[in-house]
Amino acid sequence: MKKSVAVIAACLLFVSGGALAAGKLSIYHWFEYIPQELLDKFAAQHDVEVTMDTYDSNEALLAAMKGGKVGQYDVAVPGDYMVEIMAAEGLLDTIADGELKNKGNIQPEWVDVSFDPGRMHSIPYQWGSTSFTVNRDAYSGDIRTTAMIFDPPAELSGKINVLDSQGEVLALASLHLGIEQCTSDKDKLRALNDLLQNAKPHWASFISDGAKDVLVSGEAAVGMIWNGFSAKARSENASLEYSYPKEGYLAWMDNVVLLMDAPNRANALLFMDFLLEPENAAAVTEFAQYTAGVTGTYELLSEGLKASPELNPPADAPPGTFVAVCDQATQELYDAIWTNLKK
Amino acid sequence: MSASSSHPASGKPHGVFAGLRNWLLLPSWSIICIFVLAPIAIMLVYSFLTKEFRGGVIWEFTFAAYDQFFLNRGLFGDEPVKIEWTYINIFWRSIWQALLATVICLLIGFPTAYYIATRPASTRTIWLFMVTVPYWVNLLIRTVSMKFLIRDNGPINEWLLALDMINEPIHLINTPIAVQLGLFYSYLPFMVLPLYASIERYDHSLSEAAADLYASKWFTLWHIIVPSVKPGIVAGCILVFIPSLGAFLAPDLLGGAKNFMIGSLIEEQFKGTAGNWPFGAAASMILLSAVLLVLMWYARSTSRARTKRGRGSE
Repeated sequence: MKKSVAVIAACLLFVSGGALAAGKLSIYHWFEYIPQELLDKFAAQHDVEVTMDTYDSNEALLAAMKGGKVGQYDVAVPGDYMVEIMAAEGLLDTIADGELKNKGNIQPEWVDVSFDPGRMHSIPYQWGSTSFTVNRDAYSGDIRTTAMIFDPPAELSGKINVLDSQGEVLALASLHLGIEQCTSDKDKLRALNDLLQNAKPHWASFISDGAKDVLVSGEAAVGMIWNGFSAKARSENASLEYSYPKEGYLAWMDNVVLLMDAPNRANALLFMDFLLEPENAAAVTEFAQYTAGVTGTYELLSEGLKASPELNPPADAPPGTFVAVCDQATQELYDAIWTNLKK
Repeated sequence: MSASSSHPASGKPHGVFAGLRNWLLLPSWSIICIFVLAPIAIMLVYSFLTKEFRGGVIWEFTFAAYDQFFLNRGLFGDEPVKIEWTYINIFWRSIWQALLATVICLLIGFPTAYYIATRPASTRTIWLFMVTVPYWVNLLIRTVSMKFLIRDNGPINEWLLALDMINEPIHLINTPIAVQLGLFYSYLPFMVLPLYASIERYDHSLSEAAADLYASKWFTLWHIIVPSVKPGIVAGCILVFIPSLGAFLAPDLLGGAKNFMIGSLIEEQFKGTAGNWPFGAAASMILLSAVLLVLMWYARSTSRARTKRGRGSE
């Protein structure tokens, strides 16, 4: 398999004209999200010079692309909703049938995803969930409810951190109320606004990058967080427990996309095939502590990661909900609710 | 006082720069034009453009951004027009915090600067040096350190608890008091240094003369010292007030980012999900106008002080 990939790679590189330096690959990626050894491995395997720049939010990626970086990078790693937005903005190239040899390695449930039906532009990178983590020293009751954030028990009031992220907070609040995202129903939006206004006095802070730290230090007893980040927090403070609420929780997936006008399109496809190899996907998972969307990865993981409660929802947990992409008029209503919350 | 500090400044360049007077400002004028005036002009234009969904602008003239800032049409835009207090309140909160930081800096900075200025010349340098020491460490790191110090189970609370001075931890983190702490701490040297420069030039024989004429210490302070060092006070206040107004590190890290301040509101317009560039530009222009008003007031008060001093010495 690997041999054939290498042969194809050599052919493609020859065609694309990189006879001497054997070509390049330019990656635009999140910070601290891929192990350097994996990049070195790809570079050695295909004799490609790999360069990588990093960004720190989906919005920053979009702003850079809209600001004239099209044609500079081959691949990027947007989150689910951003794949949809970037495709709509014409920033993504289409992967034709048969261009990815390992496309069959994508887990069946991640092939026909709503944000990229049929995987025309992207492959799965890592996925995970957004929910919250509770310090069991501070609270021993049932934590599997979103009321922990939006209608908390009295003893937790003032000890709650939420992410400083409009999409995730409003989507989790919608799950708590049982209303759909991107609704333009005025009564539902008023209810959402009221819920947040009443919950805010119980919240201590809106912190994203320190979401792990506030929990580890005990500054917050409850904190919204991503599952892999919570696993890292638990390794520093054993009394932390990640919750999969019965009302639902948020799911997200980061995806490697083929960018429009990629200068090294052939190498970009090689790289995507490379990341779809189970052993390489497992290497990313070990590094980031989330979950790959590639078949055959699980068996390759370390025992600790396999058993991680953050990565294994309880059997009765509902499936995660993705943050929806709203149209402009609806989005403006949600923006107003967020501003109203933080005014 | 030393001879050098009382050297008369004539305002006209002599010697090597003779004949070059108009060209001396060329470097600073070009920098101001390219890196200050041009971006402000772009911002002004953008604030009157139509926003593009998810960042960017459409080249159609509109007052929508200013309308959004000042007028409230309800969540769904179908209610009668009222004054929008949301953004005015955010501005007011920032201004109030910045004013308070300025006053606290002045109260702490004045005695400090006075103390340093009245030391022998040899030790003065050491004191001044010590005032600048915190500035060798990045502001972000200092703010994060302060967060660690004041949290509920941080060292300050633990010491106070261990010494039985308090029964419950003092809850400071994520409150406006913590934000204030971060603000005045960050900008204190900006107050001390100009105050020192003024007080150092103050002629202490004036205080002695006042005492000889039976003026009380308070009278001497208010009617002799403060008017003499007023340029330093005004400069220090401006230097503390303006950066405090746009600060977003302290509100985000110490205040828990619970409430927008001017800085974070504007940042959100360019980096957040909403991506409303014209509104961010409009908010910046409104802030800029407010700051310009303060600076004009400063310019007027210093020129008045200068003419007064000029008359006094003639």
